[in-house]
Amino acid sequence: MATVEIDRLVKRYGQTTVVHGIDLSIQDGEFVVLVGPSGCGKSTTLRMIAGLEEISGGEIRIDGRVVNDLQPRDRNIAMVFQNYAIYPHMSVADNIAFGLYRSKLSKSEKRQRVEQAAETLGLSQLLDRRPSALSGGQRQRVAIGRAMVRDPAAFLFDEPLSNLDAQLRTQMRIEIKRLHHRLGTTSVFVTHDQVEAMTMADRIVVMRDGRILQVGTPLELYENPVDIFTARFIGSPTMNLLPASLKNGGADLTLGGSVQVPPAAATSADILVGARPQDLVPSSPGVPGLTVSGTVAVVETLGSETLVHIESAGQTIIGSAPGRQIPQIGEHLTLHAPAERLYYFDKATEKALAAR
Amino acid sequence: MKAAASSQGLAMPHIRPGRILAWTLLFIGGVVMVTPLLFMLSTSLKDASQVYDLRVIPEAPTLDNYIEILGDGRFTRWLINSTIVAVIVTLSNVFFDSLVGYTLAKFRFRGRYVVFIAILSTLMIPTEMLVLPWYLMASQFGWLDSYWGIMFPGMMTAFGTFLMKQFFEGVPDDFLEAARIDGLNEFTIWWKIAMPLVTPALSALAIFTFLGNWTAFFWPLIVTTSAELYTLPVGLSSFAVEQSIQWEKIMTGASIATLPTLIIFLFLQRYIVRGVMLAGLKG
Repeated sequence: MATVEIDRLVKRYGQTTVVHGIDLSIQDGEFVVLVGPSGCGKSTTLRMIAGLEEISGGEIRIDGRVVNDLQPRDRNIAMVFQNYAIYPHMSVADNIAFGLYRSKLSKSEKRQRVEQAAETLGLSQLLDRRPSALSGGQRQRVAIGRAMVRDPAAFLFDEPLSNLDAQLRTQMRIEIKRLHHRLGTTSVFVTHDQVEAMTMADRIVVMRDGRILQVGTPLELYENPVDIFTARFIGSPTMNLLPASLKNGGADLTLGGSVQVPPAAATSADILVGARPQDLVPSSPGVPGLTVSGTVAVVETLGSETLVHIESAGQTIIGSAPGRQIPQIGEHLTLHAPAERLYYFDKATEKALAAR
Repeated sequence: MKAAASSQGLAMPHIRPGRILAWTLLFIGGVVMVTPLLFMLSTSLKDASQVYDLRVIPEAPTLDNYIEILGDGRFTRWLINSTIVAVIVTLSNVFFDSLVGYTLAKFRFRGRYVVFIAILSTLMIPTEMLVLPWYLMASQFGWLDSYWGIMFPGMMTAFGTFLMKQFFEGVPDDFLEAARIDGLNEFTIWWKIAMPLVTPALSALAIFTFLGNWTAFFWPLIVTTSAELYTLPVGLSSFAVEQSIQWEKIMTGASIATLPTLIIFLFLQRYIVRGVMLAGLKG
């Protein structure tokens, strides 16, 4: 177990800078998820921590030791790759044991470690099999097993669940989380899937264009996004943003109606009022807040809730209704979100206007 | 149901004209290829007086030629020479071609492209043009009439390097990076991880190199002068002396020389076909 510290980390490919001097401090035993769209620099950052990419500037410290010039094998880290990277010409047991390639343990100790890891991951019956005879989930477990036997300072996961189907992904998500609780090893997990980030992370690092936009717990990011990008990236379905103009302490929405704006947020003439679909529900506006009306265009029945897409003045707004309350398409519907559940952003800078 | 099944069973299968044409062409091709082999085998079973009797099945088949050839110490020597040359050159190609191919495919270094183009461009020079510099080189270094003299031009080939480079490019980097993190050095990664992942290409390269060297005639003929260093094809050609060409001996030797090729093909045809297909697709 170890801390991982990143100071002013830069990565350049020729003239192009892909990581712009980022800072990040990961605590011992923490599970940190780097999340962002393709090309945001999250995988490059992870690969620099692993030593698979050279650093163009800055410093990386693992457990207090500067590792900038160390080979991957000397950093005492283990990595799980997106396409598993388990060797097809070796059995499951050999693949897991490969994690101990440089270990000075005796043969019997190595075997014991492999068996322990296999048992933890439910692979005991499959040790003699070749990877080709395993399912996607089992292959991923072998890859995790290979990382586990090393007892490394930190686990690095590079989108390890991307190749799995939705059901298996959910299952493996829980398994990795459970494993982390059990082993307590510092973990850095890269994904582009915000659901994975929200469900697994102790802290999430949101990245875009090679910069860190925000670092925080899943709930902090959900409740207090610092800008529109994070607000829309975290949470599913994505947050509704309604253009509005400030007037006399209130804001007139472009699509009609108005909302009260807290004084701290009333610093810009043109703003965007944000409302998460889960907060925008069919109800009569008894309390102050945002009220929008429109025609139901699409209904997504999820069972636990119903997502309702309404068209209002040419804009699509997503709200949610209880699972058994399914509006009809074409029906006129009024959605309401209370004022304390609203978000405010400066339209020009895209920054949040007030912490909630 | 029964009636339908039986009527289907009786119906003439529909054969497309294109398929008939393909079969006909393949049959003709097969005959063209098999006929010389049949004559070779047939002649090897005839005595000298029957050689010009062109019947495929000999009137009085005899194994005397085989007994004589196999009892002739020179033939055994040539067989051993060919085996030594073919095995060493094959091992060398498998090792060096894949090592260079891997380096060109998986490492980024200045001049990589230039090196690759330089290697590739040697493919465009015909062997006949290379023989003179090879000969001069062998002569300068004192390699004439030696095993090394026979082998050195083929120890590494541009084609093999190109083939292996193409295959190594298909090996996902994740495998190599995972091994790097697990603590392997670059040579061990190549040997233990990358090489087993390109086994079909290695098999194809090994088979083609072995067969190419087993049947090599031109260069061994030029570089060797002593009979005890002849490879099999060169040795067999020495049966054709000016006064009398001993066809039955040549054909017997050739029949024996064909055996390793046949055995290789019978046991490894799966790899050969796959290798040809992969080489075709990748190359």
